[in-house]
Amino acid sequence: MALDPETRSQFLATIRRFVDERLRPLEAKVAEDDAVPDDVLAEMKALGLYGVSIPEAYGGLGLSMEEECLTAFELGRCSPAFRSAFGTNVGIGSQGLVMFGTDEQKARYLPGIASGEIVTSFALTEPEAGSDSGAVRTQAIWDGSAYVLKGGKRYITNANKAHLFTVMARTNPDVKGGGGVSAFLVPRDSKGLSIGKPEKKMGQQGAHICDVNFDDVRVGPEQRLGNEGEGFKVAMQVLDRGRLHIAAVCCGVAERLIEECVRYAGERKQFGQAIASFQMIQAQMADSRTEAYAARCMILDAAKRRDAGENVTMLASCAKLFASEMVGRVADRAVQIFGGAGYVADYGIERFYRDVRIFRIYEGTSEIQRLVIAREMMKGAQA
Amino acid sequence: MKVLVPVKRVLDYNLKVKVKADQTGVDLTNLKMSMNPFCEIAVEEAIRHKEGQPNVAGSHYKAGTVTEIVAVSIGPDQAQETIRTALAMGADRGILVKVDHEVEPLAVAKILKAVVDAEQPQVVILGKQAIDDDSNQTGQMLAALLGWPQGTFASKVEFAGSKVNVTREVDGGLQTVALDLPAIITTDLRLNEPRYASLPNIMKAKKKPIDVKTPGDFGVNVAPRLKVVKVTEPPKRQGGVKVKTVQELVDKLKNEAGVL
Ligand SMILES: Cc1cc2nc3c(=O)[nH]c(=O)nc-3n(C[C@H](O)[C@H](O)[C@H](O)COP(=O)(O)OP(=O)(O)OC[C@H]3O[C@@H](n4cnc5c(N)ncnc54)[C@H](O)[C@@H]3O)c2cc1C
Repeated sequence: MALDPETRSQFLATIRRFVDERLRPLEAKVAEDDAVPDDVLAEMKALGLYGVSIPEAYGGLGLSMEEECLTAFELGRCSPAFRSAFGTNVGIGSQGLVMFGTDEQKARYLPGIASGEIVTSFALTEPEAGSDSGAVRTQAIWDGSAYVLKGGKRYITNANKAHLFTVMARTNPDVKGGGGVSAFLVPRDSKGLSIGKPEKKMGQQGAHICDVNFDDVRVGPEQRLGNEGEGFKVAMQVLDRGRLHIAAVCCGVAERLIEECVRYAGERKQFGQAIASFQMIQAQMADSRTEAYAARCMILDAAKRRDAGENVTMLASCAKLFASEMVGRVADRAVQIFGGAGYVADYGIERFYRDVRIFRIYEGTSEIQRLVIAREMMKGAQA
Repeated sequence: MKVLVPVKRVLDYNLKVKVKADQTGVDLTNLKMSMNPFCEIAVEEAIRHKEGQPNVAGSHYKAGTVTEIVAVSIGPDQAQETIRTALAMGADRGILVKVDHEVEPLAVAKILKAVVDAEQPQVVILGKQAIDDDSNQTGQMLAALLGWPQGTFASKVEFAGSKVNVTREVDGGLQTVALDLPAIITTDLRLNEPRYASLPNIMKAKKKPIDVKTPGDFGVNVAPRLKVVKVTEPPKRQGGVKVKTVQELVDKLKNEAGVL
């Protein structure tokens, strides 16, 4: 649903205020404790952040893609670890269900996902299936009464908190590649499902990834998402939407860093003047500003087109590629503009520098985005 | 009981004000406007007495004490946004009394009196002052016009039957007064911490009704009675000085600053 301008601005202003007053002051603590405090999680639930992309009929906000991106711009203005807490519910953990779920599956899970009572994860990646996501080895073999899941997933965001997993598993071992893969909704309390220890990561402390292991986990047919063999299609459509969301988060973080740079460059004096008066500093700031603006325009354009019903596979990849690379450059310049302070933990800049590195890797690496873009371009040429 | 909560649209408290070049007032063009923070506290207080605090053991907020919250704003069309914020926080309906120019506290109080006459609330909870003009008059004037008791600068509000106990922040401590209902309460900063309107409630607020009225509907003359002579920037802060000894500091505090 498209919000009217007044509601939209009130909505975004509320998120901005929440980010400024509640989340930003806790950034260092969350990184230090490697956890988002429970009361903040409760506030995020109460605000409705877990449900922004869930249809209104199921208790969510049912935002359009454009609105979701505007929301992500705001949420990007603080440590990305906060967003990660509900990011899977908004994106990859819920959208398969929204797009492909039966009415019964939706009624069962979506209201809890929207309220944050149910935390979701998306389990595609495996040790042998990363960028080559069609190479999934986890099996789901039908034994006459249930699918039996066997195998292991890796690097699964929020796995240690999740109540429900969307799992990609091979139902037909004779079909290699994506065609033999189906998607399943697997509750955390299923017998035989176990979660590994959270990995130690480069950044985004407070957000966690773990292995998810399936040791003969029995899953009823009513838990299958879409038809047999449609799993890869589910995954790709989910990622289409997810990529725009991630791009918007990148843009939000970049805008935050630019804000920090403007403040610091105006205050920090060397050679008797603010460093902002040096043209080489100005050039770095101007480049960051320009690139962040370009990303914002790309993202909003792609989002509006998606809302209008266009296929945006290529544009979403363009936006994710550009925005994730852009925020890497912006963070690098921020460290440079802050000088030694940029490298010292107290200022938080080096934390962002580490935090944003993942954006070029997950939900498709930059290389994979380029492959997608080129593939889509060539489709156009052949048509 | 029904509670009326007047809410004022003011320049957002995070923004720095700029005085117009001709010194007739403050420049508000294209600046973000928000609900006056003291009014937010008033809205929050009303909601807490409606919802209670089920998660806080021994809370003095009891669900159902308040049954209806009416938010009223006096201002331009855009003041509807301020009312919407109150509705998104949890107020039930709104009334906008449309006026396109500044309205002085006495005129505001007269309009509010008329709204009270029409709505018959048991309590009016107002901010103690608005952060734009810092008048701190409206609640008191309204109490006088209505002939109701008033508890100003409230830091705690407890309803008890036909009375309300209001703890007030006064010089040297806290004073608790018991008022007979109906009564006027004005909020101080420490009364509560207002909530963020939840996103679903922002969307639902769209469907709550707002009545639009004019001062004429209530027969109130809102023509200004006061004249602003001049508005100026506060003096620029001077750079500080470094003192060499404690002795020198004490001497300066005594003889220059006159604070010792
Ligand atoms: C913090 C974090 C969170 C994650 N969350 C999730 C999650 O919730 N769910 C989930 O399923 N997965 C998740 N992942 C996994 C993530 O999506 C993968 O790590 C990512 O897709 C890359 O796969 P890989 O690690 O196996 O790298 P590889 O695929 O081994 O890639 C290694 C390098 O080779 C390049 N490369 C690979 N193939 C090609 C090619 N054809 N052409 C050119 N270059 C190529 C890659 O771009 C990369 O530079 C997460 C990972 C991390 C680190």
